[in-house]
Amino acid sequence: MSKEMSKPPNIVCVKCGIPLALGKVTLSYLGSNFPVELYKCSGCGLVYIPEALARGKMQQVEASLEDK
Amino acid sequence: MDQKELREWEARCVQENPPGCTAGCPVHVDVRGMIAAVRKGDYQTGFALFHKTVPFPGIISRLCDQPCQHFCKRSEIDESISIRALERSCVDGNDKPPLLSPALPARNKKVAVVGAGLSGLTAALELARKGYGVMVFEAAGRLGGSIRDIPESELPRRLIETDFAVFDRLAIETHCHSPVSAGGGAGLSLGSLRAEYDAVYLGAGRVAAVSLTAGLKDDAGKVAVEPLTLATSDPKVFAGGAFRRSWEGLSPIRSIADGKIAANSIDRLLQNASLTASREKEGQYSSSLYTNTAGIEPQAAVAAADPHLGYTGEEALQEAGRCLLCECRECVKACEYLAHFGSYPKRYIREVYNNLSIVMGIHHTNKMINTCSLCGLCEQVCPGKFDMAEVCRQARRMMVERGKMPPSVHDFALRDMRFSSGGEFALSRHQPGFAASRLVFYPGCQHAASSPRAVRRAYEFLCEKIDGGVGLMLGCCGAPANWAGQQELFGETLAKLESDWRGLGQPAVITACPTCFAMLQHHVPDMVVETVWTLLDRVGLPQGTRPALPSRQLAVHDSCTTRHEAGLHGAVRRIIGQLGHTCEELPRSRANTVCCGYGGLMMQANPEVAGKVVARRIAESDSDYLAYCAMCRDNFTAQGKRAFYLLDLLFADADQLASQPGPDYSQRQENRARLKRSLLREVWGESVEEPQPEVKVIIPDSVRQVMEERRILVDDVIAVVVSAESGGNKMQDLASGRYVAYFRPVSVTYWVEYSPQEDGFLVHNAYSHRIEILE
Repeated sequence: MSKEMSKPPNIVCVKCGIPLALGKVTLSYLGSNFPVELYKCSGCGLVYIPEALARGKMQQVEASLEDK
Repeated sequence: MDQKELREWEARCVQENPPGCTAGCPVHVDVRGMIAAVRKGDYQTGFALFHKTVPFPGIISRLCDQPCQHFCKRSEIDESISIRALERSCVDGNDKPPLLSPALPARNKKVAVVGAGLSGLTAALELARKGYGVMVFEAAGRLGGSIRDIPESELPRRLIETDFAVFDRLAIETHCHSPVSAGGGAGLSLGSLRAEYDAVYLGAGRVAAVSLTAGLKDDAGKVAVEPLTLATSDPKVFAGGAFRRSWEGLSPIRSIADGKIAANSIDRLLQNASLTASREKEGQYSSSLYTNTAGIEPQAAVAAADPHLGYTGEEALQEAGRCLLCECRECVKACEYLAHFGSYPKRYIREVYNNLSIVMGIHHTNKMINTCSLCGLCEQVCPGKFDMAEVCRQARRMMVERGKMPPSVHDFALRDMRFSSGGEFALSRHQPGFAASRLVFYPGCQHAASSPRAVRRAYEFLCEKIDGGVGLMLGCCGAPANWAGQQELFGETLAKLESDWRGLGQPAVITACPTCFAMLQHHVPDMVVETVWTLLDRVGLPQGTRPALPSRQLAVHDSCTTRHEAGLHGAVRRIIGQLGHTCEELPRSRANTVCCGYGGLMMQANPEVAGKVVARRIAESDSDYLAYCAMCRDNFTAQGKRAFYLLDLLFADADQLASQPGPDYSQRQENRARLKRSLLREVWGESVEEPQPEVKVIIPDSVRQVMEERRILVDDVIAVVVSAESGGNKMQDLASGRYVAYFRPVSVTYWVEYSPQEDGFLVHNAYSHRIEILE
């Protein structure tokens, strides 16, 4: 999933005041867990999922898990 | 669904049954396939299909007496298709030698065939291909029997030679000048053959037939045979052709059929298999394939300009063009959903069954199961009463029970349903000033959402018009849960409604929504339910409650959930007439009406197909449409069709509403909640405060449209902003300065891009996903 994040977003976590950086995140759906690399706040762990990822790859994964 | 139920469902769909011509042909030529090939000018394929069941295609293409024509659907309109003439075109137009499937390995059994007419030669050919050693005994000097007496002009000798060339290539010994007698002499006899061979087929012509029957049981001068198997009283001896039929009853194609039946029997006998099992459809029978011939223009059969030469290519094409290529597909023609998945119910039920049987693997048929609008039109038009709705309903319930229903399909609709059953909308009251209700008005959640003003005025009108108290119940009948296969949730929703109704003293229920009517009528047995339309038809229409609409022609769209309510259909049409308009009947109306795309949650499960359903329906007439379900109206106006909702015609500014799309999902919930508050305040005189949102959000129309497509409510957006602004869990895009935040109330994570504006927040974008972020 992290491939779609090739261009680093210029985004900061407002609470911690630090720019987001790639980090390990676990996503989960219908009992399946998958570790991925996403931009997140190294301070509080807030994760950023851009629209293209949510409406693209993530939706495909949701659909295929739902039909399993 | 078990195997037995599957079979029962499958048997209802006649689409795979052969056309009448094929079933009526004693050897079941695939006439439809052959003619389809002729239409493409592909005589090779046409010939191959013909030859597949006819061992001597050249001869039959000239001699066949065409019993098939009697079964041709076209004969109900004008004249049967000239099937033999088209067979001839295939034979004459084919330039490839016939393919002969290789014979099976030789078996250690041998069969004697008496008579080298078409029947005997067919049996010999079939048995040789199955690997038996075959010996043919013919009294005359050459093969063919009586066909040799036919003049060259009717049956060119070259065709006989071509057809019989096959005997040079198979292990068949043919003995001409070898008469078989009834016995007693020194020559061949039936007795000697049955002693030497494992089985005997008597297929000789008319002369031999008289003298050979000694020792076999007879019936009026003919050998007595079992029609199904051609078995005689001697278990090793079978008889066909002139042995069993009068000379008049004989025909080339029947002789060939006898040869095939006998060969099959002999094969079964020699393999110790049942002679009779599963043979009902051997030989001629009548097919139950249904083909609708309505609207087909008569067109005379094409005659060949030169009968001796047969059809020219052009003539063959023209005659083949008359063929209906019989099939049923009544439901597929009527239903956009059934057409969309590219097949027909007999295949669909098999796919559904397989989908339900999968333990590990991908459930490819989920989408198809969930797309059906459950409208019941297929059952209505199907000659075998196949009901795809019932199949899909059962399948959905099983999927839910096993935890295999994809959560995203119905989640949004079910949450919307819970809203309608919850405190913001649900209500149950007697009319103010009454301690009991003679009737209770139950407008339904979607009608309250689409046309809250009309619903309120309708209630006030009923209170004025009807003595004895008209109660009001707001809520949801549970239809979305029922459609989604959520039996438990449906039961809970209905139980709440029922308890409210019993609390009011079980008055007769008046529904505005056809779906509520159908749900309550089917699922609450002791509830008296009536639609507001038949009631108004009875008690009279309101006067002066609406802006007058100039008279016009209105195309009536009946609701699919009440397709069998003829009284309702009549009442609606009378009301339209009383309002000064004329009714137009759409091609599919009343009991045969089509769904608007909302039923069965089709719109949620498959917006693409729902869009096609609506597009097809609104193209059926240029007139303005009239619906008596608000959802139907909303679905039509959403695609730009002017459509009136009958309650608006009676109680609101229908003309304006007919041209605009219905409210979006957020507005629908808001309309319901507001209707309840305004009724409580203004009808029951209670003080109800208007709820204030925790934050003010400004959502441009373009964003609101995106939210609608993504099934994101204004309340979802507010929840994200409130969470971000109160807890500070938000991000900022430094390039645009916008905030980005997410919040997951239950099963969906909502994302909002926004920025502060004056005393609120401007929303730039919203999206969601169901996958959960675990950390």
